Amino acid sequence: MGTEQGAKRAIKPALVRTRALCKQYGQHRLFSRGKFTVNALVDVDLEIPFGGVTALVGESGSGKSTLALCLGMLEKPDRGEIWFEGSEISRWGARKLAPLRSKIQMVFQDSAGALNPSFTAAEIIEEPLEIQRRETGRRLRARACELMEEVGLSPEWAKRSPLALSGGQRQRLAIARAIALRPTFLILDESVSGLDLSTQAQILNLLLNLRATHSLTYLLISHDLSLVGQIADFVAVMHQGRIVEQGPRQQVFASPQHAHTRELLGSVRILESAFRAAQAGGRS
Amino acid sequence: MSMLSAIAPFRPPPLLRIRGLTVKYPCDRYSAPALQGIDLDIAPGEIVGILGESGSGKSTLALSILGLLPPNASVEGSIVFQNNEDLLQIDEPRWKTIRGAKIALIGQEPGLCLSPVMSVGDQIAEVLRAHRPGGRKLREVECEAILTDLRFSDVDRISKAYPHQLSGGELHRVAIAQALVCQPDLVIADEATRSLDVAVQAEILNVLGQMKRRFRSALIFITHDPTVLAGFADRVITMYAGHIVEDGPVSSVFRQPLHPYTEGLLQLVRAHRQPESPDPQRLLPVIRGSSTDVDRSTAGCVFEPRCCARTAICREESPKEVMPEPGHRVRCFNHGN
Repeated sequence: MGTEQGAKRAIKPALVRTRALCKQYGQHRLFSRGKFTVNALVDVDLEIPFGGVTALVGESGSGKSTLALCLGMLEKPDRGEIWFEGSEISRWGARKLAPLRSKIQMVFQDSAGALNPSFTAAEIIEEPLEIQRRETGRRLRARACELMEEVGLSPEWAKRSPLALSGGQRQRLAIARAIALRPTFLILDESVSGLDLSTQAQILNLLLNLRATHSLTYLLISHDLSLVGQIADFVAVMHQGRIVEQGPRQQVFASPQHAHTRELLGSVRILESAFRAAQAGGRS
Repeated sequence: MSMLSAIAPFRPPPLLRIRGLTVKYPCDRYSAPALQGIDLDIAPGEIVGILGESGSGKSTLALSILGLLPPNASVEGSIVFQNNEDLLQIDEPRWKTIRGAKIALIGQEPGLCLSPVMSVGDQIAEVLRAHRPGGRKLREVECEAILTDLRFSDVDRISKAYPHQLSGGELHRVAIAQALVCQPDLVIADEATRSLDVAVQAEILNVLGQMKRRFRSALIFITHDPTVLAGFADRVITMYAGHIVEDGPVSSVFRQPLHPYTEGLLQLVRAHRQPESPDPQRLLPVIRGSSTDVDRSTAGCVFEPRCCARTAICREESPKEVMPEPGHRVRCFNHGN
């Protein structure tokens, strides 16, 4: 007990912290015995401070999404600890987790796939409010419209199908659903990749505004380093299931320690210098 | 159109000549043209980047060139290929000799374009079997040659592999191999590097550039990110709400964009593509509004509602195309109309 309290005091500055988190996916081989396994997470120690934007970057297949699923309690880690608001939650059962689920919300990349097409826009936001019994009756629709306005969607669109909205508007709707239960921690799994640049910037600005009004903490997962450079406070770099580097953004960008981080930053800079050269005149 | 024909004598005969292309999809809400009066020439061996946000008509343009528009779309205008036939008039049997052989497509999701139950070598060979005479042995040789060209070091492993056994970057290169194996005259890459990480993106661009030099294929590269076009494309075309709003050599468009939309887009990139942003708390610059605000039935300029340089006339009339610099055309009242 004493050690646990000691640990609680130690983790105070971080909202979420993982310790030696491991996750392995196994798959049976066709026509042969045994399994082949993928080590999606290997001893992941991640710290997500209160109120900041922590970016998780890495190439595809590096384990970013698996980590997101574990933190969002949609996947059980094989080993290791997940601390959230001072309690270790990785071994909790469904019943114990239920009240916690409204505090951790996720926004996915493919908004068309994440929103039920047979619901209207307002019904999508109402569903979590109804399930968690936050609002009832007429208040329910009013709250949904309020949330739509908050994310920059016109309440007149309440009866539209999500498929009648543009990609950017759908992502706004997904964000409205995510903040409906007043969470403290939002996991954004490639939420803006695939949108065009202006829409991307609009969604990021919305997220920055919401962070201030709702005191949210973000985990932003992205493969786009230049985007991360714009809004993240902290950066963690993943490579082959491990976190190879983490720290304040300026520090990671200015003096990357790990070879993989340097490689990632290098390829971004090649594209950028070509772009700048083209703007300045000649072809590079 | 008259302007284009005036400069035609100075250019080699175009590989593709699009005139007055208008495409409408019957929509229940409003029947807005997805493309409106597109005039475009593509020279042999040219790399043309098409910039535009979702809904600007980039993909519809690609589908029209490939003859893959849905049957209920109404199409006007002409797309003349290799100076002799109008692609909008030919029938399906004729298409089979062109599509894949002379005009090829590299899709957005190569993982989905490839069959999961055939080895990738067989899938590349299938394209050859459809378009070329020659036996199995010859196809295997050609298949190996194209994979070597695409800088695969272990051609044997790749050609025997199934799509799920390859990484994202490898799949992309396989899709490119499939598109290039018949040495087409025109390749269309529709958002081919979207959702790839930067390292893979740079590699794919590199491969495409090399291929262009080798096979002299023209390439239409559709994207929403101007960064990838710098140092890669010869020409940039900006599309907005079904119109070509700007078209010019990459050097002059990037150095001095003429249309306010292109300018906004480039400013956005300049701001976003700075890894060392001094202050992460500030908001990012945006082009205000969204393309869904566009009222396409308006008499005025389509970009007027979002434009920062609009004047009274922009709401009244649609701007005509002008060419303030040779080879650089724009559709905006701010450049004389």
